[in-house]
Formats: sequence, structure tokens, C-alpha cells
Amino acid sequence: MKIVVCIKQVPATGADKRYTDDLRLDRASAEAIINPLDEYAIEQALRLADDGVADVITYLTMGPESASEALRRALAMGGDDAVLVSDPGLAGSDEWVTARVLAAALDRLAPDVALMGMASDDARGSLVPGAVAAMRDVPLLSYGAELRVAGNEARVRRLSSDGFDWIAAPLPVVASLTDQVGEPRYASLKGIMAAKRKPLETWTLADLGLSAAELHGGALTRVTGARPPEAKPPAERVENVTPTEAAARIADWMAARKLI
Amino acid sequence: MTYLPSADHDDLRSVVRELAEERIVPRAAEIDQRAEFPWDLKELLAGQDLLGTCFEERHGGTALDGVAQCIVVEEIARADATTSLIPIVQKLGSLPILLAGNDEQKDRYFPRLASGEWLIAFGLTEAAAGSDVSANRMRAKRDGDSYLLRGSKRFITHGSVANVLTVFALTDPDAGGRKGMSAFIVETDTPGFSSPRLEHKMGIRGSPTAELNFDDVRVPAANRLGDEGDGFKIAMATLDRSRLGIAAQAVGIAQGALDAAVAYAAERAQFGQRVVDFQGIQFMLADMASGTEAARQLTYAAAARVDANATDLPYWTSSAKLVAGDTAMRVTTDAVQVLGGYGYINEYPVERMMRDAKITQLYEGTQQIQRLVIARQVLQRAGVAKRASS
Repeated sequence: MKIVVCIKQVPATGADKRYTDDLRLDRASAEAIINPLDEYAIEQALRLADDGVADVITYLTMGPESASEALRRALAMGGDDAVLVSDPGLAGSDEWVTARVLAAALDRLAPDVALMGMASDDARGSLVPGAVAAMRDVPLLSYGAELRVAGNEARVRRLSSDGFDWIAAPLPVVASLTDQVGEPRYASLKGIMAAKRKPLETWTLADLGLSAAELHGGALTRVTGARPPEAKPPAERVENVTPTEAAARIADWMAARKLI
Repeated sequence: MTYLPSADHDDLRSVVRELAEERIVPRAAEIDQRAEFPWDLKELLAGQDLLGTCFEERHGGTALDGVAQCIVVEEIARADATTSLIPIVQKLGSLPILLAGNDEQKDRYFPRLASGEWLIAFGLTEAAAGSDVSANRMRAKRDGDSYLLRGSKRFITHGSVANVLTVFALTDPDAGGRKGMSAFIVETDTPGFSSPRLEHKMGIRGSPTAELNFDDVRVPAANRLGDEGDGFKIAMATLDRSRLGIAAQAVGIAQGALDAAVAYAAERAQFGQRVVDFQGIQFMLADMASGTEAARQLTYAAAARVDANATDLPYWTSSAKLVAGDTAMRVTTDAVQVLGGYGYINEYPVERMMRDAKITQLYEGTQQIQRLVIARQVLQRAGVAKRASS
């Protein structure tokens, strides 16, 4: 059973992000990390390998050359090899273009399961898993807290309002996972050393039979502006009153907003 | 030659720092207050291969260079000095075997030590033989194919939690400690061995400092390191190298205190401005930072001499330990000063760091012993050394 984990390199959570004049993220401005939600997908894949269910784990990312650092970090956690799709024609891709490129790369890698985090920490579009599944015409198992594979079937456990559901589909599938999977493992020292020797290939758009002109002609979104979120108004403080009075005021405040 | 750390060194630092901040920092105060050995963190470090950095790959180690080994210790000590002693003592106890052991001995013990399944300790110091190693009195009497060890050791870090020890005892009492001492590998489940008592310490409180009793402990002759009489030489060669680990620990403690002081001073406001904006505080922080950096660079320079097995490596490792230990003491004391009253209470980590720092001026040779080692090299270089007396 072969798993491809699609990961994205994103600016560190909470980092001060800057944008270039054409409204693209200035990647030099912030430390780059593996999208935290993708780390849960990596952990799930590695658990399936630990259990002898997955035979091969490949990491796939699309990004600038520096995104290979994210792939090496993933390989240090475990897994077998990695593919970076990098091409000058891919700068500024939106979710739709990204999904087309990943779908083309997945066609070539032909995994039984393509795993992704449920969203990326930078744009939080959450569109790519569904788009990739649709483009490849395979089932999507979304928002899984756990993935199991047995025989020719994959299933995810998805939290619901009254417990959880198991959602199953025949292989191959695309699955997106949540942070309920369990804590991602740390890379061990031997893992870091071994990762340097694991195969990492770089593919261009031409390798995938795609062209930049055609892809960007298909872009569905346009960035028209970027600004930091507005500062939250200062918190209202209840001070210098008795605990009983403080509790009553807080309860009134919440009741006025229909929070209780 | 380069004075810049490699990309691998930078990567290693960031990986160990992340692990330490997420998993060790939250445990540090509790380990100190309860004075309990952190078995959970021993398992964590073992699982991340961080206890096998000094062992060859064929024994399951990662064979890191000296600077990389220092970085591992430094980043753990930045979070918690007690926990940093786990890799430090794993190397200290193993150094006699690394330096004087035969292949059979290495094959027998190193895989379990490199994986962290077993802990090792270094049993040299006795109640009446601290700085004066030659005053050791513990006996090892030959008895057929084995030796009977009798006597006691004191101040043995991890002596009560180790599975195996490297122990120094007199095989020829008439020849004295310098010529008549031998080194042995002793498994702690051997009958006659006991660890009756732990010390109550000012700092590194989670790291058990044990008294060890040997009541005719039978050790196979195959567990003797080198020849009879090699013990003093092996002990000195070990300490010449192991004190590098203490230098790295001291650098880590200093860095931890500096970082805590900066973070606090940036949050705390007095007289209508952040404490960190007072020039008087900035000058303190600058002295703390530059002193820590100087100690770190001297430690790395010493590590490179140990890797190269340089003939003057004692000069380098003693200098590094002297400078780093004194720096850790000064920087942690200043960190308490920067935090003011809050620095003196255990709600903040710097008072613990100050107590932990003190030990780096004491163990693996007091600062005064380091000066003797350094001065001996200075006199030798100048050709004015006293002739060795017998």
C-alpha cells in the first residue's frame, strides 16, 4: 500500500508576514515550517507504516526550491522519498492551480492514498483536498480524525455533533485529516541523518505535461489586497468589586450577547 | 578551517531546542522541587537518539563531532541542567571504555548505552579523595579469574540509577593511587553492590548524587580496562575530555538565564517604561550575552582539539570549563538581578538556574584544579616547568 502525503511549506505560525509589491508572500520575511496540520497527516502515514499497513510513503510538495527543506524535515520523521514540484511558472498559484498540479503529480505517483492536512496554516482555503479528489475522479474522505486501510478499502473516523462517523471508500482515495490524529512525532537524530540520504526528486511543469500559460489562464482567484487583521478592542475588565458582584456583571455581559 | 557552524550544526540546534522547549522546559521546575530523576525525559532523549552521540554507528550511536555533542548538551541545559546531565554522564561513564576498553568490552556494553536502554555512571570520587584522586583507597583484590571490590565511593552522579559503572580501585595499594589503581566495568546488579544514600543538594536536584558501597563485589577480570595500574592514567584522560561536557552545560545554563532575563525585562514596566529600555539593564544584558558567547566559542574550540586528539587538549578543555563555569555563575546571578524580587522566587526559573550554575564551578575538577592544569601547560610551553618528582 502506497501513501503520498501532500505537504506545504508555510510561514511559522504567528510570524510577522510581509508581502511583495505584487501581493505575494515575501518568503524571506518569516521562518518557514511544515504546515502544522500537514504534520498530522505525516504522523498518520507513519503510524500506518509502523503497523505494517503502508509499504511506501512519499512526500509531495509544490513550492520554490527552498520548499525542499520541508521535505527533508518530513523525511527526518520517517518515510521513503519525496518529490518537489518547482517551476518559475508556478509563482502566485491559487488553490485551483495548486490542485491541478498536485493532481497531475499524483497521477504520476499513483498512490493508494493521498493524504493532506485539512487546511494550510497560511491561506486556510481548505479547498485543495476536495479539488484534487474531483480532478482525479477518486473519492474524498474529508476531516478524518483517524485513517484506517484494510483490503481494498480506506475509512476515516470523523467527529460529528453526536459522536463520530466512519466514512469508507474503495481505494484509491484522497483523505484530509484534522489535528485529532494525535501528536506528530519528533524527528530523531538518526532520522535526521538518514533523511539526507533519502531520494528527493524535483519535477518541473514540463515533466508533468503542464504549461504555465494554460494553468494560470485557469486561475479562479485574484489577490486584490492584503493587510493585517484589525486589532481587537481592549478587553473589558471587571475590577475592584466583590467576587459576587464580579460574577453577576460577567453573567449579565454574557447574557446580553446570548452567550448563556 | 572555518569558525562558522555548519548547516548541520544549526539544524541540530533547532531540532534539540524545539524538543527542549516543548518537553523539558515544562518539567524543569517540578524536577527541581521534587528532586526526582526525570525517567520520562531519559526515555524521551533515548528515543530521539540523543544519548548515543559519542558512540560509533556500529554500536547504534550517531558518532557526532565534538561541537555537535556540545550543542546537544547546551540546548538541553538551556532548558534544564539536571536533564542535560543524562547525556553528559552517559559519555563521562563511557569514556574510560572508549579510551581504554577492548573491542569485546565495547561490543558488550555500547549498544545498550547508545540506545539509552542502560545508564552508566563514573565511579572515581571517594569521601577523602576529591581533587586529590591519588588518595583513593577502594581496593580490588585479585581472586582467580576475577577481582573482589571492597570500599565506597561518594558524590557519584547517577550512581543509584545506573545499570553499569566504570569504577576505580587499588589493585596495588603499596604503589598508591597514581601507580596502583585500576579501572573496572561493574554491573550494578552484582551481589555486594549497594547505593545506600543520596545527597541533598543546592542545585541539579533531580540528578541523583549517590554514595556507593562495594562489599566484596566480584568483577570478572575480563571487565578490567587496560592493564593493572592504568587506572589513574585512564581517569585523567577521561576528565581531560569529559569536562568539555560541563563547559557546554554551563554555556547552556547561561544562555537559558540570559533568554529568561530578556523575556522578563521586555514584559515588565517600571517608571512608565519597559525595564528592557533602561540603558543600565541593556548594559547588563550585553555583558551577559557577550560573556556567554565567549564561553561558547572557547568550548567549541576545545571540542575541535578533543576531536583532533591534540596533545594540549587539557589546556583547552580546562580553559573552556573554567571560563564557562564562571560565566554561568555570573550570568545567572545577573539574571536574578534583572528580575529583581521576582528573580529570587521560584515562580521564575532564574533562581533555579543560579543554584544549578554553582555546580559547574565544582564538579569534574574545581575551578582551582582547572587553573592548575592550565598553569602546568603554560609552564611547559615556556620551558619553565618543574621537573616531575616521582
